Amino acid sequence: MRSTSHAFKDNAHRALDDQVLQRAMGIMKTGFLDKRLQAIEGLPEFDALRDAAREIKNHTLAHLDWYLERYETKVKEAGGEVHWARTPAEACAIVLEICERLGARTAAKGKTMIAEEIGLNEYLAENGVAPVETDLGEYIIQIRNEPPSHIIAPAIHLTKEAVADSFRATHTAMDPARSLAEPRDLVDEARQVLREKFFAADVGITGANFLIAETGSSVIVTNEGNGDLTQLLPRAHIVLASLEKVVPTLEDAATILRVLARSATGQDMSAYTTFSTGPRRADDLDGPAEYHVVLLDNGRSALLGSEFREILRCIRCGACMNHCPVYAAVGGHAYGWVYPGPMGAVLTPSLIGIENARDLPNASTFCGRCESVCPMRIPLPKLMRRYRELDYERKLAPRAMRWGIGVWAYFAKRPPLYHFIAAVAAQVLGLLGRRHGSFYNLPLASGWTATREFPAPEGRTFQELWFKRNRAPKTRATR
Amino acid sequence: MPAPTPADRPRVGLFVTCLVDFFRPSVGFAAVKLLEDAGCSVEVPALQTCCGQPAYNSGDRRDSKDLARRTIALFEPYDYVVVPSGSCGGMIKEHYPHLFEEEARWHQRATALARRTYELVSFLHDVRGVRRVEARFTGSVAYHDSCSGLRELGIKQQPRTLLGSVEGVKIAELADAEVCCGFGGTFCVKYPEISDKMVSAKTADIVRTGADALLAGDLGCLMNMAGKLKRDGHEIAVRHVAEVLAGMTEAPPIGESGRKER
Repeated sequence: MRSTSHAFKDNAHRALDDQVLQRAMGIMKTGFLDKRLQAIEGLPEFDALRDAAREIKNHTLAHLDWYLERYETKVKEAGGEVHWARTPAEACAIVLEICERLGARTAAKGKTMIAEEIGLNEYLAENGVAPVETDLGEYIIQIRNEPPSHIIAPAIHLTKEAVADSFRATHTAMDPARSLAEPRDLVDEARQVLREKFFAADVGITGANFLIAETGSSVIVTNEGNGDLTQLLPRAHIVLASLEKVVPTLEDAATILRVLARSATGQDMSAYTTFSTGPRRADDLDGPAEYHVVLLDNGRSALLGSEFREILRCIRCGACMNHCPVYAAVGGHAYGWVYPGPMGAVLTPSLIGIENARDLPNASTFCGRCESVCPMRIPLPKLMRRYRELDYERKLAPRAMRWGIGVWAYFAKRPPLYHFIAAVAAQVLGLLGRRHGSFYNLPLASGWTATREFPAPEGRTFQELWFKRNRAPKTRATR
Repeated sequence: MPAPTPADRPRVGLFVTCLVDFFRPSVGFAAVKLLEDAGCSVEVPALQTCCGQPAYNSGDRRDSKDLARRTIALFEPYDYVVVPSGSCGGMIKEHYPHLFEEEARWHQRATALARRTYELVSFLHDVRGVRRVEARFTGSVAYHDSCSGLRELGIKQQPRTLLGSVEGVKIAELADAEVCCGFGGTFCVKYPEISDKMVSAKTADIVRTGADALLAGDLGCLMNMAGKLKRDGHEIAVRHVAEVLAGMTEAPPIGESGRKER
């Protein structure tokens, strides 16, 4: 997927003006946050589970090579195949090769962020294979020709009215007078349209929430059941997953599953949790004839040895973005690539380079809410700050900003000079602002004063007043 | 908790913070009164400037370490360091040790200081055991939980308990109290449009409480919210919580001139 992360500010500006987006984001708040809170209140051991989940991932990441090899062995034993892809291009080529060998014309797709990361839909379409999204949200954005704006709710930037408009524009064979006012109508119509496509699909492509080393299984969680149809009906099931999805055992997956859905949607478990191990066996009633796993690296093995390793614990629940006030203000598209919100602010520069995404880790108030809800306890603000340091060290940060910090630090390290200048400035600004108590316009703070008053200082600094008040020698013993 | 040296009258070094020093000395004097009332002897080291947080959060590690070293050396002689800000308090308490993870000696000094550093209201409540203050303030107040204080230092109940003891105060709880106001230090300058969107949501919640006053423990957040409320024409008095707890509300509210009757 091509990135516009470098243009975050412009993207954000447009997003703030987008009325549909702003209405849709207002609805998100009650949907995810309250339900998560209820789910967690009902589970006293939630924090202990978070610790356990973190340890499982830390352990796996520390021995990733071993678990990946074990996983590959088990997939082969079950009759499947594992394909290793270093880059998006390699991953795309592997998928296409399978499609071409089977003479596939259409590919049904369950929700997979890795497909977004490697730009699979575009690639398949260019090469004669039509990708059909079967997740409702993914289907909506596919017919609108948009990328997802959230990792678990790809169409969260849209209102139901906007979706109805898109359905009318796309499903032209249907009765134009039909009602699409209620979410139920939209779901029914999508189901009707998609059902036919499932049967027509030659291959089914899904992502994976986990890969299990001890059994060679891949696991997906969905609420629509589309993933199961996607992987059961076609002749081949292709699993797209990145390296860090592997966990050692079924038990480990079960532990992380307990924090995943609660953090994501506030459900105890998603409606469908599906374990797939190899292709159809002789005595199976259904299932694909071929089972392939495409394991994507795309920079992750390098990340493993870096100070950003902890982001590899991420299980893509979306809690960080659901709770992020910046995400709530601008939505997911503003972030410009596959992964938005706080986890995206760390993962995006990790995968496409800080020079292409410097705004993402900078556009945070460090309010810390993401870290406080992350089920895997990823220290997101700390990792974002580390990217700011790289940004600053490499002089990618705007000159004016670096200059401003430099000048300020120069004075802050020279207390007498600092206090003298502060006292003069406070007095001048205090006088200028005395009448109104604040400034309507302040040249160096125009970003602030465009929409807010800038409060005026009282006129004397504390230091000045304090030392005037305590001129008696005994209280000057401050060093 | 540190060994309480002279338990009867600990020596407190007040870290004023650069914002309080420059914009609102009243908060500093309110802090001094509250600390003295709580039996502390208060000193203000003259060579303090800023904790270094603007540099730290901008990625300028070198300057933030320089400023951290100065602050550590300056405040080491005191039994406690008290800060009328959750954000600057969090910087010293949570982030100084992290800054020096690879310098053993400084790490030790940073950690030792961090253990003795507190945000003002939580110091009064948790360390000095203060449950009541002698103050009057008429009206209903909304209290905003600033992010660093709330999530780094666990400050939530302490200011409410102390405010509850102020004669005449009624506390009006904010919806979405744990959501950031959009200040974020340099964030509000670097991304003013996003910051404005966030503070607009916050001030809408504030107005909805019907409170007469808005209080918080961090001047940066207060200036942001006060500036927005005033621009939109809302007459809600915005003050640092220390002013109300100390009964020192003579100064006009933040962003006001005091010329009109409030």
